[in-house]
Amino acid sequence: MTTPEAASGGRLPLEGATPADRQSLIRGARLGTLVLNGLGAFGLLAAVGFFAPRWLTYLITMSAGHGLVSLGIVCLMRGGVVPFGQGMVFAIGGYTAALLFNKLGFSDALGLALAGGVLATLIALPFAPLLARYRGIFFAMLTLALSMVTYGLGMKLDVLGGSDGFNVGRATVFGWRPPDAQVGYVLYLVTVGVATVLALLARVYFDSTRGLVTLATRDNELRVEYLGGSVRQAMMINFLIAALCGGIGGALVVLSLGHIEPQFSYWTTSGEFVFVAILAGWQSVAAVFVASMVLEVVRSFSSAYFPNTWQLALGLFLLFVIRFLPRGIGSLWIGRKR
Amino acid sequence: MQAALTILIDGLTYASWLFIVALGLTLVFGVLKILNVAHGSFYALGAYAAASFVGWGASLKWAPAFSLVAMLLAAVAVALLVAPLLERTLLRFFYGRDEVLLVLVTYALFLILEDVTKLVWGANPLYVSEPYGLFGNVNLGVQTYVGYDFVLFVLAVLVGGGVWWGLNRTRHGKIVLAVIHSAEIASSMGVNISRVYAMAFTAGIFLAALGGAFTAPMISVSPGISVGVIIVSFAVVIIGGLGSIEGAAIGALIVGLARSLAVHLAPVAELFSIYIVMAVVLVFRPEGLFQRIQARKI
Repeated sequence: MTTPEAASGGRLPLEGATPADRQSLIRGARLGTLVLNGLGAFGLLAAVGFFAPRWLTYLITMSAGHGLVSLGIVCLMRGGVVPFGQGMVFAIGGYTAALLFNKLGFSDALGLALAGGVLATLIALPFAPLLARYRGIFFAMLTLALSMVTYGLGMKLDVLGGSDGFNVGRATVFGWRPPDAQVGYVLYLVTVGVATVLALLARVYFDSTRGLVTLATRDNELRVEYLGGSVRQAMMINFLIAALCGGIGGALVVLSLGHIEPQFSYWTTSGEFVFVAILAGWQSVAAVFVASMVLEVVRSFSSAYFPNTWQLALGLFLLFVIRFLPRGIGSLWIGRKR
Repeated sequence: MQAALTILIDGLTYASWLFIVALGLTLVFGVLKILNVAHGSFYALGAYAAASFVGWGASLKWAPAFSLVAMLLAAVAVALLVAPLLERTLLRFFYGRDEVLLVLVTYALFLILEDVTKLVWGANPLYVSEPYGLFGNVNLGVQTYVGYDFVLFVLAVLVGGGVWWGLNRTRHGKIVLAVIHSAEIASSMGVNISRVYAMAFTAGIFLAALGGAFTAPMISVSPGISVGVIIVSFAVVIIGGLGSIEGAAIGALIVGLARSLAVHLAPVAELFSIYIVMAVVLVFRPEGLFQRIQARKI
């Protein structure tokens, strides 16, 4: 059994190793590269953020937070289903962080992000076995219905602040309360850091056995079942992972934005997340954040320069992408072989 | 008793215009296999066009009764001007693609039309109150109801019956049914598929615009009306089963009654009662109430 690495001269000490050892060596090497890439990306972003103007760090913070929700969608898209109600977990994450902050006085940014993700996952849990049975338009519509129920609750429940929502104060990091001048940069670091970690974990998951089963499901569900894989289980786990990512994203966005409202769960918000996921394509994790950044940039610049036609610009842009880059911008740097 | 009657009539009025709009949505899905997110935008276009047409009619000193004709003409104008243009220049490039991707295409269209509507008609609300008073009031017991609401119901029944008749009892309708069943076979039998697609899309848009035009007198026509309508009509067609006329009718009735029950009895639930019904139907009958189960293709 020759692995590609061994055949091409071998950068790894593979001679004499058992197949299992080789596997773990290759896996370790891949993981190492991945972690290095992640550290590099985070270091670069941290340095850029330090010198960048405040509007740019804010833009990147928002892209990273929103990008996490779209990362969850991509996770489901790899299995061939697209949720049209991911605003639900986004809002749950946001409301969790905001309520914990305002009612319980818990202010640690990382803790709030985690709490948002965990609660979103818990609320998604009972729906996961149900949704795992649905495909195509029905999956999209059921998730849409759930998100609209969440929207209705947010609008009507006083404890959630009604249609105005409520504000959130300044988060702390490990007990340290950043001063005015630095709070933007600190939240930027937290958001970008969490996003990097989750992006790396997503890559590891996508390349794992279950991640590949998901990909096979996209091609032929029945065949996966005949081969002994559980499509339903894969779908359930993907849905929960998407909820976790969405919840964390929601919490992080709320902390930087300083405000939450039911609009977080409205279908147009969910539509934007799907927009980013389609723009990114399902092949590359980095592409999700690039796409999220593209959306934020297009939105802020067109709303600044053509305030009345920014949706028009966005729509034309989306049509252009679907027509000419059907596999997303990720396909620009990931070849056909994958 | 009085409350029950009020709930029923409110529900029926809501269901009437919703049925007209949802019928267009279900027709477009049935033939073109596109779940059209921009459907709400055509509803809005219809409402705006009706506002303009009725306004012109008034400035030309037409009799008030002509405002109904003006509203109908507005819907025809929207359908004939916008639908063939979009179908030929945009949608035909995406036929046969993944259903969810098509949702995204129409989502893009929705974004574009939102701004186009604002560019053409501005951001201020328009009012078309004239036709609303045309039919006077109807006294039922203690309560008084606006006659226009009942006219809307009659219109919905006429439109539903007309579409059913057109599809099931005319030659063109049978051809459309054949295309719904299998576009490939129909095409090999000599049916001009792209013409059927263009016609069905135009008809669907006409129904959306008609719904918009005839609700315009009851609402303030302002940016953002499309956003709410689309999501409610999705609920209707999902409940009834995509592509089914009877389904759209039952779905509209269920949604209308659920909403008016919530409004009168539990106002807290107003916003999400519809979606809870939609979710429950999806859970127990994912294909909708009136859809035949389809075999899974390998």
